[in-house]
Amino acid sequence: MSAVLPRPPVLPGPIEWLRANLFSNIPNALLTVVALYLIWRYLPPFVNWVFIDAIWRAPSSTACRAAAEAGACWAFIDEKHRFILFGTYPFEEHWRPGVATLLFLALYAVSAMRRFWRPWLALVWLAGLALIGILMWGGVFGLSYVENERWGGLVLTLILATFGIVFAFPLSILLALGRRSEMPVVRSFCVIYIELIRGVPLISLLFMASVVMPLFLPSGVTVDKLLRAQIALILFSAAYLAEVVRGGLQAIPRGQYEAAEALGLSFGKRTVLIILPQALKISIPPLVNTFIGLFKDTSLVVIIGLFDLLLALKTAINEPAWSGVGVEAYLFASLVYFAFCYAMSQYSQRLERDLSRGPVARALKDT
Amino acid sequence: MNDAARPAPQGPMIEIQGVSKWFGDFQALKNVSLRVGKGQKFVVCGPSGSGKSTMIRLINRLERHESGRIMVDGIEVADDVKAIEAIRREVGMVFQSFNLFPHLTALENLTLAPIWVRRTSKQAAEDLAMELLVRVHIPEQAHKYPGQLSGGQQQRVAIARALAMRPKVMLFDEPTSALDPEMIKEVLDVMIELAEEGMTMVVVTHEMGFARTVADNIVFMDQGEIVETGTPKDFFAAPKTDRAKLFLSQILGH
Repeated sequence: MSAVLPRPPVLPGPIEWLRANLFSNIPNALLTVVALYLIWRYLPPFVNWVFIDAIWRAPSSTACRAAAEAGACWAFIDEKHRFILFGTYPFEEHWRPGVATLLFLALYAVSAMRRFWRPWLALVWLAGLALIGILMWGGVFGLSYVENERWGGLVLTLILATFGIVFAFPLSILLALGRRSEMPVVRSFCVIYIELIRGVPLISLLFMASVVMPLFLPSGVTVDKLLRAQIALILFSAAYLAEVVRGGLQAIPRGQYEAAEALGLSFGKRTVLIILPQALKISIPPLVNTFIGLFKDTSLVVIIGLFDLLLALKTAINEPAWSGVGVEAYLFASLVYFAFCYAMSQYSQRLERDLSRGPVARALKDT
Repeated sequence: MNDAARPAPQGPMIEIQGVSKWFGDFQALKNVSLRVGKGQKFVVCGPSGSGKSTMIRLINRLERHESGRIMVDGIEVADDVKAIEAIRREVGMVFQSFNLFPHLTALENLTLAPIWVRRTSKQAAEDLAMELLVRVHIPEQAHKYPGQLSGGQQQRVAIARALAMRPKVMLFDEPTSALDPEMIKEVLDVMIELAEEGMTMVVVTHEMGFARTVADNIVFMDQGEIVETGTPKDFFAAPKTDRAKLFLSQILGH
């Protein structure tokens, strides 16, 4: 028997690390130098502008700019945060969209934990969304009625994105299954739907929903603007998601279908118990990609006059007292969108890791 | 093998009458007929592309036959979905590539169909599953996922999964062809034990040693036809046709 040798140390010292990673050859060394120069040249001024010289409290942008240093005017966000978060919602009722926003965050947090992935989670969502509806609309339990024309700000963005994903995702699974169906009518319907919706810009769908659709409804029947935009968003995202799900379905080997059939499982049970769990798992990266796209696409509802986060900011900077704070406003908007999208991205990566490593870890615990 | 343990053949479990099957313009099966009685063990062999896999896949409707008639335990294999599901409940199948469900543990692979198809309680399904895992000699792997098992272990789990439905017939489609040589024996041993317990079996395989030990009948197929049927003793000692002689010389010659 040969002796088992200890593995040689693999961790190099800092000098070796620098040489191996940053200065391994001339082009690499050149890139390192250029990158260092850019960081030295632009990072400190940026940090100064954002933090050190920034004005955190001031009554107007003129006051901001009058200060000796020329930092960012975050006072704008401070002064306008209620408007940015809740739009034109009645000021004295702002606690309602506030609680609604917190409810959304709580729903996300609960759903993120796999040990809560039980059938009752659907009921929790149903209750949560109903409660959010009651809070936002009011008209019951002594809450004053607030028509959804006045909803706005971050909470509207969350409503559009959350309802969008919650309804578009199941719809997309049905469309993807339908497109693979052996029934010609079902298959044709799904193919036509997906290709038609995917081939049209979301903006034109939103316009159609807001301008064209009322023309076809009998007079007297009105579907409100928010609902129409929400439906347009759901239908649009479902078409995209359907193709993502179909990609996942196609990656499942034929043998899986055959084994499930041979056991006597019906089509529905084969799909729900065997095929979808595998197909959706491998589709996580492109699914989350599309979810992130959907979240950001909600900002397009400004074109039909819905008051989402971005339009609230835009309206706020149009105020004469706050002229010239566009950079700060859009940086802030980017930061909010980024926070949600990055959270989704990080979560999906963790989920992927858990789902591929979890089984092994669990099995090792058992042995 | 002990003759007393083998029940006498009664009415047919599987009856294939004049069945033909085409893939596009290619005729994969040509007017094939076969009767498998209760408790009988048939080994189907033949060169690749001879239609042997296709034939057993017709029995549980993984493939659809275009003409002829197939009866399984008195039920006709036809387009009726309910009838097909009824047949599939009674017919277990083991595949060349195992086809275990990778997202479920070995135990969950075994309990899934009993719970969702037979409506067995979870407890009863798990008890039966553990019993079957003992029978295929891997109870200690119950909570592992297929990806953590060797090929031989996976195939034994696959056999146990089929048995968990308490089938009346077991179909094996080249069950050892995808295995490393040292794992073939552990799978064949399980199949031999199953045969000794009286299960009706149709096995597509090139394992001629297994065929000698277990089969009551060898079916030799070539180019979509059943060329020869006989007891292992007759078939191996004195094949009647040149095609069978050639085939035997090729697989036994080395």
